[in-house]
Amino acid sequence: MEISEQREGNIIVLSPVGRVNNDTSRAFQTKLLSCVGSTATKILIDFSGVEYISAAGLRALMMASKQSKATNGRLAIAGRTPMVKEIFTISRFSLVVQVFDTIAEAITAMS
Amino acid sequence: MLIRFWGTRGSLPAPLSYRAVRTKIREALLAARSQSLDGADAIDLFIDRSLPFSVGGTYGGNTCCVEIVTGGDEYVLCDMGTGAREFGNSVLAKHGPAKKNRFNIFMSHLHWDHIMGFPFFTPAYIPGNVIRIHGCHKVMREAFERQQSNPSFPVDFRTLGATIEFVELEPGRTYEIDGLSVRAILQNHGGDSFGYRFSKDGRTVVYSTDSEHKFEALDQSYPFIEFFRNADVVIFEAQYSLADQVSVKEGWGHSCNIIGVELAQLAGVKHLVMYHHEPVDDDKMLEKILAETRRYEEISRTEQKQKLIVTSAYDGLEIIL
Repeated sequence: MEISEQREGNIIVLSPVGRVNNDTSRAFQTKLLSCVGSTATKILIDFSGVEYISAAGLRALMMASKQSKATNGRLAIAGRTPMVKEIFTISRFSLVVQVFDTIAEAITAMS
Repeated sequence: MLIRFWGTRGSLPAPLSYRAVRTKIREALLAARSQSLDGADAIDLFIDRSLPFSVGGTYGGNTCCVEIVTGGDEYVLCDMGTGAREFGNSVLAKHGPAKKNRFNIFMSHLHWDHIMGFPFFTPAYIPGNVIRIHGCHKVMREAFERQQSNPSFPVDFRTLGATIEFVELEPGRTYEIDGLSVRAILQNHGGDSFGYRFSKDGRTVVYSTDSEHKFEALDQSYPFIEFFRNADVVIFEAQYSLADQVSVKEGWGHSCNIIGVELAQLAGVKHLVMYHHEPVDDDKMLEKILAETRRYEEISRTEQKQKLIVTSAYDGLEIIL
């Protein structure tokens, strides 16, 4: 799984590609936590390239979301593929992490 | 081996209300309007094949109690929730009060919903019956005596007619009980709980309720992978959603469907049975959760993994191994 990083104003946009599963979730989590950091950072994760996310991947999102809240930052995801949407529905994880339908919508809301 | 579920709710009993029954009848009648139901067989077929389970049936409201029919002479049960009342009555209906029976009961833990059926377990009142209560807690006797003492209950535990013994087991050690090979494992739950792995004649069923699995632990070194390994059936507590388990209900000692599926897949389990249902969830919600869980199993299955059968337990469910 690869994760590219770019900036949209004051928002860091991360774009993972591939499957976030037991094999890749640790690297995913490390990247998220390092971007969240210790100051109020805005992170948007573009999920349009993610085919699947397992419980371990959801955990990484939750950890990053918790750390973000603790540092008065903001973390959201957008652009979920249909399968990832299903997994969020099944896990009820949109109650844990803020979700936007599109990247544009998320950037407008977070800017 | 046969597994029979007498009670499948967690936390407290959840009987159907008048309104819930009326809604089911209404939906069934609406669905039947275009059908030609001209006999009992046709009606049964319509209920079984045309109605969703949430309309034609119910998951039930009794708390935890599962029977494992081993083919041996003695009865084997897991937990003594309110489902134990119906189990006890069925034993009496089958044999009459004159036949003396022996019961082996395995206790996951001693929280109220897992012991509250015992005061209404009729075989406990009949002299000559032998009830052996197995578990890994040192305070089993105290828990059973306390719930059946003044002012909580009119019949003192010590006056019960049956011979009642408490047998303390050690987690990790294998025991042979009524032809069953039994091993316990410590689980993450307030005051501790224990899961049991039962094997006989090449068949294995795992009973694992009230067990919170921290999902950072889902790798091959996690002890539950080995404990569940290649089981024919794992009865798995899935009371919460994953979101609830890791947020507002973190540390409450319960688990969820997604963790259940992933653990079962890692362990090569054949059949996952969701159990210890949230009492707030009605039949439609439990049916929805089952459909979602089956879908998650499909999504998360890789080419290397065998298909995992997923079922949601209900009072009255029987599974033949």
